[in-house]
Amino acid sequence: MTDEQIKQAIIGIINDINPDEDTSNINPGERLRDQLDLDSMDFLDIVMELRKRYGVHVPDTDYEHLASLDSCVGYLRDKMAGKELVS
Amino acid sequence: MSTEQQQAGFNLKAEGKRVLRGSSGGRVEQKVNPVEKAKGEYDVVVIGGGLAGLTGANVMATQGYRVCLLEQHYNYGGMATWFRRPGGHVFDISLHGFPVGMKKSMRRYWSQEIADSIVQLESIRFDNPQFSFETQFTREDYTNKVVEAFKLDRAHVERFYDHLRKMEYYNDDGKTIREMFEEFFPGRNDVHRAFMEPITYANGSTLDEPAITYGIVFSNFMSKGVFTFSGGTDQLIMKMRKILQSNGVDMFSGAQVERVLVENGRCAGVRVNGRDIKAKSVLSNANIKGTVLKLVGEDHLSPEFVQQAKDVRLSGSSCQVYIGIKQGEEIPFITDLLFCSTADHFTSEELCDLRTKSRTFSFYYPKTRPHLKNAGFTIVSSNNARWQDWQALDDVEYEREKNALIDRTIDHLEKYIPNVREKIDHLEASTPRTFNFYTQQVQGASFGTKFEGLDVSMKLSEQVPGLYHAGSVGIIMSGWLGTVNYGVITANKMAEYLHEAKAK
Ligand SMILES: Cc1cc2nc3c(=O)[nH]c(=O)nc-3n(C[C@H](O)[C@H](O)[C@H](O)COP(=O)(O)OP(=O)(O)OC[C@H]3O[C@@H](n4cnc5c(N)ncnc54)[C@H](O)[C@@H]3O)c2cc1C
Repeated sequence: MTDEQIKQAIIGIINDINPDEDTSNINPGERLRDQLDLDSMDFLDIVMELRKRYGVHVPDTDYEHLASLDSCVGYLRDKMAGKELVS
Repeated sequence: MSTEQQQAGFNLKAEGKRVLRGSSGGRVEQKVNPVEKAKGEYDVVVIGGGLAGLTGANVMATQGYRVCLLEQHYNYGGMATWFRRPGGHVFDISLHGFPVGMKKSMRRYWSQEIADSIVQLESIRFDNPQFSFETQFTREDYTNKVVEAFKLDRAHVERFYDHLRKMEYYNDDGKTIREMFEEFFPGRNDVHRAFMEPITYANGSTLDEPAITYGIVFSNFMSKGVFTFSGGTDQLIMKMRKILQSNGVDMFSGAQVERVLVENGRCAGVRVNGRDIKAKSVLSNANIKGTVLKLVGEDHLSPEFVQQAKDVRLSGSSCQVYIGIKQGEEIPFITDLLFCSTADHFTSEELCDLRTKSRTFSFYYPKTRPHLKNAGFTIVSSNNARWQDWQALDDVEYEREKNALIDRTIDHLEKYIPNVREKIDHLEASTPRTFNFYTQQVQGASFGTKFEGLDVSMKLSEQVPGLYHAGSVGIIMSGWLGTVNYGVITANKMAEYLHEAKAK
């Protein structure tokens, strides 16, 4: 999966979690929490969807790495290598 | 002998025989083994089918695990329950209202259809000697009402909300609710009442709880109003059962878990109705104290943890009066929820007194069950109560207090619906003893435990790897929304555990 696809994977999950959110203009360097209306249950949902869709496991000590799209990419690059984007 | 004692007595006499607990007060003998069809092994066994257990089971099943759910009562739902009575009455026990967050949780962890049935209550009324107003309980409307009723500075009320929103579990300032109220609204018993009474009704907390519990619960409510499930509790639980079945969960009711099995220091399954079922992990939705001290037992736990569990205080219990309006009779629209009291001042003690003058009326109009042709009117009155007060009564006193509770309640209701007595054809009361009997919640606790219970609940898996707990604990994890979300949080931890166990 390319870096761009990893971002799409995360945005795809957020779109399913919160269909009302506008995810078209997310600044990848900024914290997701500061741009979108996401609470701690939403972050848990992202973790659970990563596991369901991509078999990727994020232990709770690593949740901080999911703060922004850029940090997601850095953290998930190895874990998502060789996986197909699920839409 | 009181009904509950007769029921309990029957259970004792029937020792050796198994009785169906929920059935007509536990009088029906269980002839077939309820877990006969269970497999010998699962990835996950869930003890208890309350909202936390049901939701945890569903999340685990949708993550691909093999799940078995065991419930001691013949019905699923735990406190989220209902019962029918002659005259076409259906009474909901805990469907009074929950925060808007429930809509999202139902959509995410159950189905869009369930989420779509969640509707906002139209009106909530407060009426007591200090103030009286109607509100939708949205942030805007409620603020308008308190600013007007108490002549408060709006900016100050907003500052109070902001303070509440910023409170977090991990940086608690150690203040009590009482201290926080005194800081923001010194000497204003009326204001304290307006802010505290609905929360006490919702989760049994007093002014002496940590302020953080209030901050989290109040912020959840104080946004878009109070919501309910259109269709009634029975429809909700039926829909959840169907979803669980279609996700492959094996569900057994009338199945009393007696022990959690521990082998080589790890959770290995459960003993249920005398039979062992193996499981890689177990989620207990039973009361946290009962889970630790009875289902696991002290032998498998550190003495410090056992002491910590013993020190957990339970939250209060409840009394309810169920009022059925005759078929064909109508009552006018008063409000959906009425927080009312004839007590001059507000104290946390008065709210749970044996003869409290404060209660919440929930009015169920035909709109509650729009799918029914002859849906009628019912009213449920709830008040907070102490187990100790009701437990101490002998049989004669118990019956007398129950009847006095019913009389007081109807007198109070007549103030809002004159001559309502003539329209009633069913009246019945429940007390902490009733809740204890049907749900096996220790001391009939309606709302789980005080704050310290959350830590014990979250640390259980450190003591017995593979064993988890979800259910009302710590005040912030109680209520429909709290327990549903806690079921999800715990299921997520279990999935990580199972993944790591597999990797090894
Ligand atoms: C009178 C009243 C009014 C309420 N009103 C509201 C309200 O308006 N809004 C709101 O949000 N919340 C309300 N609540 C609170 C809410 O109902 C509870 O917080 C929530 O339903 C508790 O869910 P739970 O999963 O934690 O536990 P429970 O519902 O207690 O579920 C535990 C389940 O485990 C089963 N069990 C226990 N031990 C065993 C065993 N050994 N083997 C097998 N099964 C076992 C029990 O039978 C039960 O089904 C109210 C509660 C009460 C009592």
